[in-house]
Amino acid sequence: MDNNAILTMRHISKNFPGVVALSDVDFTLRSGEIHALMGENGAGKSTLIKVLTGVEEFEAGNIRMQGMEHDIINKSPQMAQENGISTVYQEVNLCPNLSVAENLFIGREPKKAGMIDWKTMNKKSVEILGNLNIDIDVTRSLEHYSLALQQMIAIARAVDMSAKVLILDEPTSSLDEHEVEKLFQLMRQLKANGVGIVFVTHFLEQVYEICDRITVLRNGCLVGEYEVENLPRVQLVAKMMGKDFDDLSAIKKDQTACNKKECESIIEAKGLYHAGTIKPFDLVLKKGEVIGLSGLLGSGRSELARAIYGADKPDDGELFVKGTKILVSAPIDAMKHGMGYLPENRKEEGIIPELSVRENIVIALQAKKGMFKLLSKKEQEEFTDKYIELLQIKTASRETPIKQLSGGNQQKVILGRWLLTNPDFLILDEPTRGIDIGTKTEIQKLVLKLASEGMSVMFISSEIEEMIRTCSRMIVLRDGRKVGELEENELSQMSIMKAIAGGGENE
Amino acid sequence: MSKSKSMIKKVTGFRLFLPLACLFLVLIINVIKTPSFFNITIQNGVLYGYIIDVINRGSELVIFAVGMTLVVAASGGTDISVGAVSALAGAVCCFVLSGGEQSTDFYHAPYLLGIIAAILIGMICGAWNGFLVAKLRIQPMVATLILFTAGRGIAQLITDGQMIYLRVDHFKMLGASIPGVPLPTPVFVAIIVVILTYILLKKTAIGLYIETVGCNSKAARLVGLNSTMIQFLTYTFCGICSGIAGLIITSRVYSIDANNAGLNLELDAILAVALGGNSLGGGKFSLLGSVIGAYTIQALTTTLYAMSISADQIPVYKAIVVVIIVTLQSPEFQKMRKALVAKISSGKTVKEAA
Repeated sequence: MDNNAILTMRHISKNFPGVVALSDVDFTLRSGEIHALMGENGAGKSTLIKVLTGVEEFEAGNIRMQGMEHDIINKSPQMAQENGISTVYQEVNLCPNLSVAENLFIGREPKKAGMIDWKTMNKKSVEILGNLNIDIDVTRSLEHYSLALQQMIAIARAVDMSAKVLILDEPTSSLDEHEVEKLFQLMRQLKANGVGIVFVTHFLEQVYEICDRITVLRNGCLVGEYEVENLPRVQLVAKMMGKDFDDLSAIKKDQTACNKKECESIIEAKGLYHAGTIKPFDLVLKKGEVIGLSGLLGSGRSELARAIYGADKPDDGELFVKGTKILVSAPIDAMKHGMGYLPENRKEEGIIPELSVRENIVIALQAKKGMFKLLSKKEQEEFTDKYIELLQIKTASRETPIKQLSGGNQQKVILGRWLLTNPDFLILDEPTRGIDIGTKTEIQKLVLKLASEGMSVMFISSEIEEMIRTCSRMIVLRDGRKVGELEENELSQMSIMKAIAGGGENE
Repeated sequence: MSKSKSMIKKVTGFRLFLPLACLFLVLIINVIKTPSFFNITIQNGVLYGYIIDVINRGSELVIFAVGMTLVVAASGGTDISVGAVSALAGAVCCFVLSGGEQSTDFYHAPYLLGIIAAILIGMICGAWNGFLVAKLRIQPMVATLILFTAGRGIAQLITDGQMIYLRVDHFKMLGASIPGVPLPTPVFVAIIVVILTYILLKKTAIGLYIETVGCNSKAARLVGLNSTMIQFLTYTFCGICSGIAGLIITSRVYSIDANNAGLNLELDAILAVALGGNSLGGGKFSLLGSVIGAYTIQALTTTLYAMSISADQIPVYKAIVVVIIVTLQSPEFQKMRKALVAKISSGKTVKEAA
């Protein structure tokens, strides 16, 4: 037994109806270490954490915390917290309209004569944040601060509630590089203070940057526990996927289907403008082209896509489809002109959670056809089966509610939804975010295949490597303006970074 | 053993199992309390009996519940003006047919005109609610509160604060029965409304649209649906239903009493939707569930009357039963029930093994 172990989980098993979610999984966390929990979607990472934090019950096994005589079984997240286990999720679970101090002390406010003692609360908040090198005005409401800061405040809260074990579930998914670095500083400091951190992420680079050890899960089983320095990346990926590493870089584009000058232009925007997000913008997109939009969060890359699709109605500018001017006031207009749009925020804008996989797939086509041309049950089932097979969607049946699918499979359903409408132009905004490597590769391959068949794709991603692999041309945005355009032969990590950062400007 | 178990699972897993079970429960209590509950007699060629009474009296509620179901599904909110709108529609109908007289024994205008006027006013009220909710994005409860309070006032204006009596035999038929037909007319009206709505939902994509908008209106917009229009349509449809129900209510008493027509029925309608196993948060819905819910409520009301409980006390008893039914259907209770079943069946297998 590991003497330094702050948390040990042994032989944990958990079944969901029809699925073994966890089978005989061991997990050990030492104090003062950052431990990566890795695995593809559906590997059991989330379930393991839910079991640990009392969100789900487990059927067999035991959990033990250092310094406690008995095994613990957490029945609720509150109980887990009392036992010293705190979790910070990707979506910050705080109240944006309350002040930072209130958020830090919600539910345990310092009191004086039965009333909240604001002075002490604010003073203590400054102290807590000061210890973590965060210097902000604690009386301002939380929503004033960036997502990264909000996350750090959530972490500060968790740590202050005497957490010995801190679980960070995909904390970096929506942060930019600078913010990630700040978060890492904070994590290192907590580590020095002896907190054990469980770090769940999909980003390999980050694992190698900050973690000490890695536990890999696959299909609900433990694959192994490794020291980071002893496990090369390729092997880690191989262990996660359980097959020989399908080298991502092996995906190579075919030569662009035709000479660009001869190709017909599909989408042309002139002076497209949306107040507050994008400055007047010109853009030409050719048939069979995969165009990348790159830039930092808030640079206008998603907003530009939304303006073209009519998701946010542009304030000014003209849009041409195949040379004809069109008016787009709502997404349906864009769809009628052969566009499709996979939104950045899958949970809020993509899936229709209660409805079945079938309904989620046919809905866009049905909306396009109109209310009175109902697709027959048989047609709907045929279409659904086709895309379940084509995209290898893992679902119990076509009538399963989409909310029961894993993130990657949900994304595939939405992709299927748009492919079914047979678009000429498909906008993919962060299609691979929060998705395991296997599915990522599949989606990238699919994009290239679609483009070679003549579809134009607009690809937006924060992962530059992924963009380089898939895009034939890239537009770089900064502050809502086009600051660079790179042709295929100029695409490299360096050139893109340079364009994003801006030549010589101090940003 | 396992076969019977899976059978039980199949039956209890059926979506309408709970609403049906609740209806059954109420009916069983009826039979115990009033053994003559299912007796049907024929008087003057018309069927009589408690059960006929439930089906007959429940008609308005069924019609209200149909409209309410769609409103709830599309907007995640409720239309609390339906009772008042039905009173208004009744008032307009009576006003048109009586030509403004307080009491009359012949039609001053064609009967059909009165019907159309009532349905039209219901539709206008519904459209108004829909405009407030879907276009102006006002909270459904607040938006429909306007007509909830103002509707009866407008009805009073039309009737000049008086009751209007239409002592025409023909006018009574809608609320009573047509000579030669053994079942009361409202039953047929309710059935027709339900069937037409069902066909509308099954033969067009509107059902799918409503569920999509109700589940996730942001996603609905991005897949090309006009959420505003769909919500607007459901409120308008709900208004039409209120108009039809108003006609039946008026015809039953061949008069309009703007203060009391359809009073408190909006609450029963919302309850019917909930009892039908529909989430009041919107999204997926079952029309049939709401219909069953409506008849359950009516069966309950009739039972209480049959037990000669005074009208003033009925709400108390109703509340008790509703608490029980809603508890039975709550997710937490379902969890407890499942855990219990699992415990018992595992205990059984242990015994068998021993």
